[in-house]
Amino acid sequence: MTDYTMASKDFYKALNDSLLIGSKCKQCGAYTAPQRKICPKCQSDQTEIITFSGKGKLLAYTVISVPPVKMAEAGYDGKNPYCVGIIALDEGPRVSAQILNVDVGHPENIKIGTEMVMTTITRGDEDQKSTYLAFQPE
Amino acid sequence: MTNSKWPRGVAVVGAGMSKFGSFPEKSSRDLFVEAYLEMKQSVDKGFDPKKVEALYLGNFSSDQFEKQAHLAPIVASWVGLSPISTLRIEDACASGGVALRQAALAIASGEYDVVLVGGLEKMTDLHISQVTEALATAADTQFEIPAGFTFPGFYAAMATAYMAEFDAPIEAFYHVSIKNHQNGALNNKAQFNQTISDIMAAKKSKAIQKGRPVPEWASEIEFLGDPKGNPNIAWPMALFDCSPVSDGGAVVLLVAEHLAKEYTDTPLYLIGSGQASDGALTERDTLSSIPAAQTAAKQAYEMAGLSPEDIDIAEVHDCFTIAEIMASEDLGFFPRGEGWKAAIDGRTARDGARPINTSGGLKAKGHPVGASGVGQVIEIWKQLRGIAGERQVGGDLRFGLAHNVGGSGQTCVVNIFERRD
Repeated sequence: MTDYTMASKDFYKALNDSLLIGSKCKQCGAYTAPQRKICPKCQSDQTEIITFSGKGKLLAYTVISVPPVKMAEAGYDGKNPYCVGIIALDEGPRVSAQILNVDVGHPENIKIGTEMVMTTITRGDEDQKSTYLAFQPE
Repeated sequence: MTNSKWPRGVAVVGAGMSKFGSFPEKSSRDLFVEAYLEMKQSVDKGFDPKKVEALYLGNFSSDQFEKQAHLAPIVASWVGLSPISTLRIEDACASGGVALRQAALAIASGEYDVVLVGGLEKMTDLHISQVTEALATAADTQFEIPAGFTFPGFYAAMATAYMAEFDAPIEAFYHVSIKNHQNGALNNKAQFNQTISDIMAAKKSKAIQKGRPVPEWASEIEFLGDPKGNPNIAWPMALFDCSPVSDGGAVVLLVAEHLAKEYTDTPLYLIGSGQASDGALTERDTLSSIPAAQTAAKQAYEMAGLSPEDIDIAEVHDCFTIAEIMASEDLGFFPRGEGWKAAIDGRTARDGARPINTSGGLKAKGHPVGASGVGQVIEIWKQLRGIAGERQVGGDLRFGLAHNVGGSGQTCVVNIFERRD
């Protein structure tokens, strides 16, 4: 745990190690994702880095047919749309993530409340390769 | 009724806008000049430009769209107002509404008596993928955009939360689009000066011209439900749920209340104003409403001493159709979960009990992002003064409200205006 700091980029450093990190406030006990030096609930600056279980529920989603440049480069388009959504982690905080292994051909069949588990996805070419947060049904 | 919170009252005494649309031959300063000249014409008793003391310019990102930062002194110079104080205000798509509020605060403080408010954006020079990238910088580019979100995607995700929570059908969104196009068809400044039926007819005649099979749709609803007519952008938001990429400028003239009658016998008084912020979507307790809008609205109503029932007309931030439905609830016009029913029942139409976006809204009028919040005030100016022509709402209109949102709800500003004869 000591490998990660409150610097926002360390969220991705941890993801690269397949860990979903955040912070816990030592004063009020609130969890935050990504990690933050100042607790947004009680404004205390006494927070510590923690690792989340990586389990949660789908709260909201969309299936995107017109992707931004980086997602287009990753191979997505109108014929190959992708799902992105918001997950409520079991510990409370919410995160934005690509949602894998859901029926993007029938978005109306994707169900809010579906139990999800964290994974990661790598996008980008050789020297620009990065690891991003993803979730999929449990 | 007078605003009780600020040390001095503020009035709108002139309002003008360029046409909104795609204008490859014009740059942002040209659009500003166009809007300024129309504003000048609109001041009933005329005004002396030498009296203007400052320009507050709402502009999201001329640096990205036109490779031109530091826009405010340029446009002030272009209308001959140097050396007045100028500044550019950036709060994403709420830049215009926030610029108006900040200009009003400067007058209320006693610093200035006469201030120009501008809203300006020139978006269509870039390729659509570059526009999308530029707009994405209004979201959290470290934690939202890398997940794959786009702006239609944010509002689409809110739409799925809304549909699930309130059992709303996708057709509710179609009704918002149909209504706003009906209004836009009556607004010659609108980018889409067409009803959905007009667009369907154009598609049919194009098919005939090209010798292709002619598509048949029984109704506007059926057209909007057909992915061939209305392709998916970010489900459940399809093409006709999204406001367009636009160029445009809008300008209003604000003066201290005690000077208003020197400019016109029918000024609009800014009697309520509120503004609030929020974190990313992931930081909110709800995804089916916009908390910053509720907070800003509460502040504005309290300052004005009004409640939602008092508002005669509203221009709300319908960057996507779901946004208009949420706004109609966040502003207190309908109870939570009822906004979609009101849209289907026509209660937000021009002849409904609660007219919303009589200008065509961002959907049909266009959404040059930094100009949109000021553009809303142009419609309120016209409606409250009874000069909105064919789309004029009937009855004695007294109170108008403008609701302008930045990003997916990280900023919201609400301004309330009163016509007092």
